[in-house]
Amino acid sequence: MSQDVIHQSSAAKPAPSGTAGASASFIRKHMREYGILLALIAIMAFFQIVTDGILLKPINLTNLILQNSYVIIMALGMLLVIVSGHIDLSVGSVLGFVGALAAVMIVQWDMNYILAGVICLAIGALIGALQGYWIAYWKIPSFIVTLAGMLVFKGLTLWVLAGQSVGPFPRGFQLISSGFLPDVFGIKGFNLLSMLLGLAVVAVMLVFALRSRFRNRGSSHDDEPALFFFGRNFILAAAIVYITWALSTFRGFPNVLVVMALLIAVYSFITTRTTIGRRIYAVGGNEKATRLSGINTERLVFLTFANMGMLAALAGLVFAARLNTATPKAGLGFELDVIAAVFIGGASMAGGVGTIIGAVIGAFIMGVMNNGMSIMGIGIDYQQVIKGLVLLLAVIFDVYNKNRA
Amino acid sequence: MGTILQMREITKTFPGVIALDNVNLSVEEGEIHALVGENGAGKSTLMKVLSGVYPHGSYDGIIEFKGEECRFSGIADSEKRGIIIIHQELALVPLLSIAENIFLGNERANGGVIDWSQTFGRTRELLAKVGLKESPQTRVTDLGLGKQQLVEIAKALSKEVKLLILDEPTSSLNETDSEALLKLLLEFKAAGISSILISHKLNEISKVADTITVLRDGSAVSTLDADGGNVSEADIIRDMVGRSLNDRYPPREPKIGETIFEVKNWTAHHPQHSERKVCDDVSFHVKAGEVVGIAGLMGAGRTELAMSLFGKSYGVDISGEVRMHGKAVDVSTVNRAINAGICYATEDRKTYGLVLDDTIRRNIPLANLDGIANGIVVDENRELAVAGDYRQRIRIKCSSTAQEVINLSGGNQQKVVLAKWLFAGPEVLILDEPTRGIDVGAKYEIYAIIAELAKTGKAIVVISSEMPELLGVTDRIYVMNEGRFVGELPTKDASQEKIMSLIIRSGHRN
Repeated sequence: MSQDVIHQSSAAKPAPSGTAGASASFIRKHMREYGILLALIAIMAFFQIVTDGILLKPINLTNLILQNSYVIIMALGMLLVIVSGHIDLSVGSVLGFVGALAAVMIVQWDMNYILAGVICLAIGALIGALQGYWIAYWKIPSFIVTLAGMLVFKGLTLWVLAGQSVGPFPRGFQLISSGFLPDVFGIKGFNLLSMLLGLAVVAVMLVFALRSRFRNRGSSHDDEPALFFFGRNFILAAAIVYITWALSTFRGFPNVLVVMALLIAVYSFITTRTTIGRRIYAVGGNEKATRLSGINTERLVFLTFANMGMLAALAGLVFAARLNTATPKAGLGFELDVIAAVFIGGASMAGGVGTIIGAVIGAFIMGVMNNGMSIMGIGIDYQQVIKGLVLLLAVIFDVYNKNRA
Repeated sequence: MGTILQMREITKTFPGVIALDNVNLSVEEGEIHALVGENGAGKSTLMKVLSGVYPHGSYDGIIEFKGEECRFSGIADSEKRGIIIIHQELALVPLLSIAENIFLGNERANGGVIDWSQTFGRTRELLAKVGLKESPQTRVTDLGLGKQQLVEIAKALSKEVKLLILDEPTSSLNETDSEALLKLLLEFKAAGISSILISHKLNEISKVADTITVLRDGSAVSTLDADGGNVSEADIIRDMVGRSLNDRYPPREPKIGETIFEVKNWTAHHPQHSERKVCDDVSFHVKAGEVVGIAGLMGAGRTELAMSLFGKSYGVDISGEVRMHGKAVDVSTVNRAINAGICYATEDRKTYGLVLDDTIRRNIPLANLDGIANGIVVDENRELAVAGDYRQRIRIKCSSTAQEVINLSGGNQQKVVLAKWLFAGPEVLILDEPTRGIDVGAKYEIYAIIAELAKTGKAIVVISSEMPELLGVTDRIYVMNEGRFVGELPTKDASQEKIMSLIIRSGHRN
């Protein structure tokens, strides 16, 4: 799926015609899309070497996924918000607030955790809808509305928890984050179910990639040179097979990875293949022209915020389950990581540009740097500085490419 | 008195267009020199050359001001010499006070610290000169348009103006404010300040101007001595529009059928000044296969009419009825208007028509995404086929439909806009300035598309400021002025003179 998406989005962009130097011009046009993937690989290689191979050990890979799951989940919603030309600063606070609500309902009121989870998602969507209402229909800048939301929900989190940490959660709830796919085949030390699932994903991905390449062949002069196509797919497939194998030798796929993968697939599909996705990109690209094309731009913006709220709530549940407690400090500053991930992933502040896969890769770049620098024992002070510079570099690279094109 | 300004053999070209062709203009000291011409005749371009917006080197010719040759590299240069231009859209900062606006960029200050008493004192003197009784501390946004205009003039006076250029100064003013402004110009004249007045209101011009220069198609066609009001409006109009129609329009045989589209008593109010009517009791109809033109000057309310009809996209407090095939239809949102079979291609394709950074093939289906989707899933094969089809049918020149529209020429961008609306399947197509800013060859192709569409039985409305264009492509012309329809002519009986005099006569009534 992921590969398919990258190809779709690249197929939609033009390149100068002419056979001579096609590869060179293709690279120039798609510098950004390859650049970010190469950057992730380079960063991983770097930390793999300097940490003496700890980075890619099965236990650390598992950790990496668990640590970044909530950032990735929120980045999916944030990508839509940013593509539509807005921003949401409140997601960290909403995450904390929903985690607190879940703790109060499940731990203090003894509510069934599935019911509580559903209520929490609904409340998240409602929070997003409320903010989206002012942004979409009253045209109040999203920066201000969600800045207010950030303060409000930070305060409400404190109030709901009465300043205390609330926990622990029942075992069933914790499994969202700390559970793994069951080992149905009973092979000791190897989760065959996960391995098979991973291989199935790779197979489906390759089929989609080949089909899409075959179908688009000749219809566009933007065909990816064969070397690139096969090289890229080979690297991706190899990476997924390796990660699958590594995770299978440890405890198998974490539940949250399955949730995440499904969400990534669904949101990729929405953004690249559906009319709703088209409309969101159009709104971000030119709101006035989109409105005059008969598209209800207000409702669209409203829905992207409601969706963002729901995903922030889901991230809140995942985060609370992982810590096994709800604390007043949960979610502090998460919005910055999420927004940074989306921009590193190539989205534009002006709207209309960005991909789900880019945002996910952006989140992993941030995550791998966090993880790798922690393993190396680099202080939090330097970590912040380095992350900030990487964000700046990524965006400078974008602007440089755009000006040159 | 001598000549203060001499512009000699000014030629300015844009890619594909000659905007000014060997224009000569000379202004005497202490005279009011009127500059008239149709929209697009080159008046604004000439003034931009004069004020340095187009710097020396970007045009050919010589500018002599007070006997010295000038090579302005920007507007600051020309202002330093005392040439001040006041644009149609005022350049004031609404939330700053009158005094702050007047001295913006030219602050009365000692070492960066503003001397408020000098600022206010000087402002009071300037306001007295222009006859504006307001406190220097009043915010500009709290003033009416007429008074804002006076603030602009006071600002010009603060810069020791020698030559004042006013671009359509009275177009948005009411009668009293216009009178006051013209009187002020006459006072300046007595004080030895020369002015250049650009205006469409010929009655005002004949009242105050000493000399009139008429521009047409980028050339100065005549200079009339208007001293004492001895020039008739008919003379001016003849010079403004007197060009021949050659075969710049594709031939067509109109096959006109039943009435499809009817608008009755359509009235809309300005969104900010809700007492002002931008469309006032407008009624018209269009038949199948008919091309109907709406003529008028800029600001006549044509775009506002079209946009208010198209999903109430402009204006407030809109009333009236729209009928399709005799049945009243709901056009209260863009989507409903499209569903009723009405489409509107905007005059400003970059702002309102296209997602510029997106590709041709993704722009074309934007108004009809359902047409390329199964349910909510976009069928990219169909998208590709649709884009390819329109590319071929209306000859969009591009290397591929995967090209971004921002890289297309104006004419091809316009074709993408047309393709978008054609794919939405309209019965009525309202085209607002369909050939604005595109070169002659592409214009012909757009006209051919219009003719082709009419042949297939669509009802077409063309809004245009270029009268020859309307005369060339339409069957019937409505004339609009100041929000009202002031005349209707079959194109075969129409002429530019007739249209212009309808507009001007309706202006006199006010």
